[in-house]
Amino acid sequence: MTQLPDQTDKKLGLVIDLDTCVGCHACVIACKGWNTENYGAPLSDIDAYGGDPQGSFLNRVHSFEVQPCEGAAQTVHFPKSCLHCEDAPCVTVCPTGASYKRSEDGIVLVNEDACIGCGLCAWACPYGARELDQAAGVMKKCTLCVDRIYNENLPEEDQVPACVRTCPSGARHFGDFSDPDSNVSRLVAERGGMDLMPEQGTRPVNKYLPPRPKDKMRDLEPTATELTSVTEGPKGFLGWLDKALEAI
Amino acid sequence: MHPAPSVIVFTVLSGLGFGYLAFLGLGLPTVTGWSAFFCFALGYAMAIGGLVASTFHLGNPQRALKAFSQWQTSWLSREAWLSVGALVFMGLYGFCAVFLGKLIAPLGLIGAALSVATVFATAMIYTQLATIPRWNHWLTPLHLVSLSLAGGAVLALQWRAAFMLLVIAGVVQILHWVLGDRRFAERGHTIETATGLGDIGKVRMFEPPHTGTNYLLKEMVYVVGRKHAQKLRVIAFIGMIVLPVAIVLITPASPYSAGAAILCFLVGTFASRWLFFAEAEHVVGLYYGKRTERSQASNAS
Repeated sequence: MTQLPDQTDKKLGLVIDLDTCVGCHACVIACKGWNTENYGAPLSDIDAYGGDPQGSFLNRVHSFEVQPCEGAAQTVHFPKSCLHCEDAPCVTVCPTGASYKRSEDGIVLVNEDACIGCGLCAWACPYGARELDQAAGVMKKCTLCVDRIYNENLPEEDQVPACVRTCPSGARHFGDFSDPDSNVSRLVAERGGMDLMPEQGTRPVNKYLPPRPKDKMRDLEPTATELTSVTEGPKGFLGWLDKALEAI
Repeated sequence: MHPAPSVIVFTVLSGLGFGYLAFLGLGLPTVTGWSAFFCFALGYAMAIGGLVASTFHLGNPQRALKAFSQWQTSWLSREAWLSVGALVFMGLYGFCAVFLGKLIAPLGLIGAALSVATVFATAMIYTQLATIPRWNHWLTPLHLVSLSLAGGAVLALQWRAAFMLLVIAGVVQILHWVLGDRRFAERGHTIETATGLGDIGKVRMFEPPHTGTNYLLKEMVYVVGRKHAQKLRVIAFIGMIVLPVAIVLITPASPYSAGAAILCFLVGTFASRWLFFAEAEHVVGLYYGKRTERSQASNAS
């Protein structure tokens, strides 16, 4: 059903740390791998080995340059996938009921058997989180690896989304935002987690942690006292050699 | 947005078809027998032809019947119901007019109301999208409904109504263009709000997430042909408004003058509808660094 639940029992989602993301795209590849082999239609590639390759991805890493008023510019790697919004505009526009938000955990999913591929949900999403698969003609989106997080056949450490499991820099965290003591809620509180494009009124569940303030170059400039030698000079044979060489 | 031919054909033809059916339902003109047959056939051909065209852009059109299920939240689903309702009531009304020679006014009135409601629902599919500021405005339904009724009035040979509706549609079209050009900037969507990095400084795209194209870029970051936008606006306005108004003012109402006027109207409306999509800017373009230049340019101009 395309009516959004009034509230969900849990609010599962991701925290993405823009401070530690190194832009390696490992999450993109882990996501594509897992979601091609598991839930729903595979994420197809078109002209994969030709001159104009393209394909469906549920997670993509943008890179931005931020120029402060003074000082050096900084690069911010910016992974982006479905934010599992509380007021998900993609769900209510769906004419067939294929798009829905689960009342138990808040995950936004697509029932591919009911999707007619009209693309309206992708139009309604401000974040570009939905891509129409060009081979299957159905809408693909992040499932929060719903087939991993509840899968008791997997070892416990693997019961998290593939992107979180693979991230080598610890920039992705998975948890329940409805619990104020969860790992993700504490990260958001401590680091000032933020919403993307809040003016769209979508109330995203996923939060982004802003980059920490950079060190200033002038704070690191060595002072004169730091440069003076702290040794008393060589002694013994090396002391004699030093004096002999100075004398030449 | 990508101006998909199937969606342009759908909105233009169905809009005109339902606009014409609305006038037939009101008994303007009152037709029975063979003449009614041709009138209703024309209205149905355009309305249904457009609806069929709309299924061509679906990834899985064989499941289209499921689109009737979510009328409680989805304007696309409501449009499906309203269009079927309009076609059923107008079909009954037309059957009685053609084969029984009787005009059953209540059937026609309900059919006319449902025909206008169908065009309104089509417009609301676009209007509801907060992600496309140019469409997300009360002028959008007024734009599509006024054009639909203006074209319908021309086909129905209702010269006085056609004149007034064409003038209204022309004013609404100009407002939709002028105000639409400012909408994106007015809404305050920027690459800084999109990334949340504005507190640190000025943001620009450093590297896109993929080297090739993708569905998002092709569907929602369409930029081809915008440089001809001003010329196309002039062509659209002359074809859609100026020439039909001239024909309505100069010539007496006849099927020939209506045919000439509607040909001009269709050329202009197709140009206008192409621009409706091609000029619509989706906020996702911000993540690809695609909106900054244009919004600055439109601010400067």
